[in-house]
Amino acid sequence: MRNVLPWREPVQLDGTMGEPLARGRFGEYGGRYAPESLVEACREVDEAFREAWADPGFRGALARLLAVHAGRPTPLTPALRLSQALGVRLYLKREDLTHTGSHKINNVLGQALLATRMGRRRLIAETGAGQHGVATATAAALLGLEATVFMGERDIERQALNVFRMRMLGAEVVPVTSGSRTLKDATSEAMRHWVGATGDSHYCIGSVVGPDPYPWMVREFQRVIGEEARAQCAAELRAGVPDHVVACVGGGSNAAGTFAGFADTQARLVGVEAEGGAGAARGRLGVLHGCRSLFLQDGDGQITEAHSVAAGLDYPGVGPEHAHLRDLGRARYVTVTDEEALAAAVRLARTEGIVPALESAHALAWVIRAAGDGDLPAGSTVLMTLSGRGDKDVSTFKELL
Amino acid sequence: MTNPTLAAGAVERHLRARRDTGRGLLMPYITGGITPGWTDYLRAFAAAGADAIEVGLPFSDPTLDGVTIQQASQAALARGASTRGILADLSGLPDLGVPLVASTYYNLVLHDGPAAFCAALRRAGVDGLIVPDLPVHEADELTDVAAAAGIEPALLASPATPQPRLAEISDRSRGFVYAVSLMGTTGERAALAASAAQLTERIRRVTDRPILLGFGISTPEQAREARRHADGVVVGAAVMRRVLDGAGPDDLRVFLTTLRQALDQE
Repeated sequence: MRNVLPWREPVQLDGTMGEPLARGRFGEYGGRYAPESLVEACREVDEAFREAWADPGFRGALARLLAVHAGRPTPLTPALRLSQALGVRLYLKREDLTHTGSHKINNVLGQALLATRMGRRRLIAETGAGQHGVATATAAALLGLEATVFMGERDIERQALNVFRMRMLGAEVVPVTSGSRTLKDATSEAMRHWVGATGDSHYCIGSVVGPDPYPWMVREFQRVIGEEARAQCAAELRAGVPDHVVACVGGGSNAAGTFAGFADTQARLVGVEAEGGAGAARGRLGVLHGCRSLFLQDGDGQITEAHSVAAGLDYPGVGPEHAHLRDLGRARYVTVTDEEALAAAVRLARTEGIVPALESAHALAWVIRAAGDGDLPAGSTVLMTLSGRGDKDVSTFKELL
Repeated sequence: MTNPTLAAGAVERHLRARRDTGRGLLMPYITGGITPGWTDYLRAFAAAGADAIEVGLPFSDPTLDGVTIQQASQAALARGASTRGILADLSGLPDLGVPLVASTYYNLVLHDGPAAFCAALRRAGVDGLIVPDLPVHEADELTDVAAAAGIEPALLASPATPQPRLAEISDRSRGFVYAVSLMGTTGERAALAASAAQLTERIRRVTDRPILLGFGISTPEQAREARRHADGVVVGAAVMRRVLDGAGPDDLRVFLTTLRQALDQE
């Protein structure tokens, strides 16, 4: 479906993507809609995060982990041949070059470090595409923690390589057989498990979703993407800031981290969702997994299953801050189809020598489409976060191409 | 703290009156729409001596429920159960002599809006509401409109709840305080958790509202033990496992009668 809307000038340049309002609210979204048994655990995470984030010692330790273990800063790569073909200047923020192959490591190293500071000895995580699970297993191994990763049975089938990687890293991978057997159900199961394990375990949520403080905390741990990119654009671009900043959105963590670096600029922010998992573009107000946000629902208020070729975008909702950015008009959310994403992946492989994750290919698919139909004006500069590499998707590529 | 007796609605008045006679309270749970003639279970529950009945409105993503209630919710949804349909079924029931308390996740409350949702409950003859993912600090949006509609929202208290928050929960809860016996999900357990006694004792210090203990209470022995601490018990997974295994209303009447007798003996 075409989704061409007239651009609005960015509004709310100041104060957006700062600290949330009282009770973890981003506008009317967010909050802590957790079972009472988890409220105290959320409060402890909130208190520990606030304290750690204000502590130069913690920030320094995290910066060092990101540098020496995750391989930051990641480069900003001009996509020269593709730019020439599209008539725009496209720059890729290369989160695919981080250790473990996606932006997920930024957040997980932050949360794992926080968990050790809180005296926790185990990480609980959910994963869709497996990237967050691999990152969690990696950080746990690095810091001497245990890791238990919940993963939908269907995702286990389509992401066998990542399942093997997690197990090799010492994590326990628990198949989830309820519901649609994908990320939504893995998240529910991880929450249920956390209820019985708050004493010794930290729930390491992988996206900007969940009860307060998770959407804010995860965005802050991912902010490093946007801040690095901002500095790199300042050095690289004549205007200092790109005209457009584009990222794919499942729950929306790489997009939130990227947008945070540009929220106070004139750059137009674009979140690209999967056609079958378009929480921001087509969701309605609801509460799921601890937060109030936009979710795909049927006429009775039941959460409907998302469908995407990219397991990481197979989530029926979007983080509360994205819902808020949408309402403000500060960011625009668009959708692309599986076919467009697959074609974009091939095009990037053949023009730039980069095989992107299927999730990231969604963002690129929109850039290609928008450059073609004039939604992106000729000559404009575009920063796109390449959130992960496509190794994990090779079997899907083989099957569908 | 407000005067709970003055604020009491139908559920609380009913439970207080029965408690004051020395009776241990029994609130069995049924997933709405689980079988074609599912309201027959309600009649059986009342016949077995239930003091209130919890009717679950199934939700696709029950994040506080263990395997049994999850399966029941999925089974009910698979056969087309919906909030509207379940409430329509309840509307057609004669008075069972005990209050009905709906339970569901907040997404379903928010779907039509808390005011419309509570009004629909009231029209169906429901008096109370339990929303496990709506903790006290998020409950403002619901509590005022619920009061206006005559619905009593009972709040949950957990072993992890600090004492000042427990006081707030007990104060703002209506009908009864739902004491979650353990740090875990719903489901049958081999023994009553030690945390159950401590929690009910801590709640008792801050309220005289009825305290119902739930999560993990599956046998007459556990009900008897729970009664030593709380005013009564909620029994969910032990009922639903039997329903999922094919037990009919009469079978459940027999099972609940054993719990009734256990509570009466204590």
